[in-house]
Amino acid sequence: MHRVVITGAGTINALGHDVPATFAGFATGTGGIGALDIPDVDRLSIRVAGQVRGWTASDHFDLRSLSLYDRMTQFALWSAQQAVAQSGLQFDGALGLRSGVVLGTAGGGLGTIDDSYRAVYAEGKNRVHPLTVPRLMASAGVSHISMTYGLQGPAFTVSTACASSNHAMGLAFQMVRSGAAPVMLTGGAEAMLTFGGLKAWEGLRVMATDACRPFSADRSGMVQGEGAAVFVFESYDHARARGAEILAEVAGFAMCSDAHDIVMPSAEGAVRAMRAALDDAGLAAGQVGYINAHGTGTKANDANEAMAIRTVFGQSPPPVSSTKGAHGHIIGGTGAVELLACLMALREGVLAPTLGFRAADPDCALDVVPNTARDAPVDVAISNAFAFGGLNAVLVLRRI
Amino acid sequence: MTQTAQTIIGIIAEQALLDPADLTLDTRLDQLALDSLAMVELIFALEETFDISVPFNANDPGKQDFDLSSVGAIVRAVEGLVSQKAA
Repeated sequence: MHRVVITGAGTINALGHDVPATFAGFATGTGGIGALDIPDVDRLSIRVAGQVRGWTASDHFDLRSLSLYDRMTQFALWSAQQAVAQSGLQFDGALGLRSGVVLGTAGGGLGTIDDSYRAVYAEGKNRVHPLTVPRLMASAGVSHISMTYGLQGPAFTVSTACASSNHAMGLAFQMVRSGAAPVMLTGGAEAMLTFGGLKAWEGLRVMATDACRPFSADRSGMVQGEGAAVFVFESYDHARARGAEILAEVAGFAMCSDAHDIVMPSAEGAVRAMRAALDDAGLAAGQVGYINAHGTGTKANDANEAMAIRTVFGQSPPPVSSTKGAHGHIIGGTGAVELLACLMALREGVLAPTLGFRAADPDCALDVVPNTARDAPVDVAISNAFAFGGLNAVLVLRRI
Repeated sequence: MTQTAQTIIGIIAEQALLDPADLTLDTRLDQLALDSLAMVELIFALEETFDISVPFNANDPGKQDFDLSSVGAIVRAVEGLVSQKAA
């Protein structure tokens, strides 16, 4: 068994195009949710989103490569580039042969699918872009990262709806811990802010029309975001041997299934996932100083999650926040972006706030760090993801 | 009973897995054991059939601008939305 540490991090999301900008967004409480800007937005009833702004892909990738990169892949590659640069790793020789990449995504290349269907159905065209298939593959981001860095070990994509990233990072953690790979790039990416994608979400009638207000009594649903985060998970011994800066230790992970309902969550499943993750880390509930909640801003999730947290942590749980009020729900990429709030808590002693909070809800009796970041020393943080279909995945990070 | 009411009863009966003859205007929706997904499908069917937009957020089914308490209430609400459209 190897200890597992994080030696690199990268991201792009509505708060910014890298980790420092995201931390600054968390710390200042500057939200990234605003008016949605996509074609045909006037035909949507949902017109707010946590959209990535100011992104010019051609500033980062050559045009030949870009014809292969869906927006999801672009976000994954750009995040990986930051993470690998920070880690200082070169994947040549044996390290490249054994290291790999596992990412979460729920929709895959949804923008590519949207474009191709619009062409054949709405515009009456009889052909689509010739690279539509390699662009839309849910695993495209993983493949391009593996090719870019020469990662020749385990490489695959995990798709478990809103828990995709946490499942991906949990598997990467287990592979490094077991010795199956010395280094894994991991995280998740999503780019679902397409007309067809948002129409599908509208249909469920769980979307807020103004803001995401996790745990607030007047919350009215989700706001969708987009983006990615990628981390370098590395064995502690490998990182120490090369003198790498260690950002945090990945101390534990657990996953379980509610086996209950395709959209409604179960507190019992959330409780089991959090308890098992702490057991896996060999830590007690009382040692946790910060919980990054799934906190979607729906009536059902937030009340359910609050009940589960109080069951695991007792009547005085540690501070809890949901950063979805800041960057929106990044669906398959959300756990990865939210892990950054845990890193910030452990490294900088700053708790990212729950934005959009207006009124306490007796069904969500938690300290949710409302609207303003808070200084607090944290040694252990956990990050929750509870997906549609009852798929639960919880990670435990420890300061090192 | 109007044609609109009969159509709506047919839509509700399909979601509730009942015979339309089992439903009357007085039938309360909470007697039909419709779960949240069935409610969302029901609203969708009403919107598509009558070309209307129904204000309904599944986050808080108890607090809606659209009266879903009984079959008759739904008929009145749909007729209201249809007449607004015509106006």
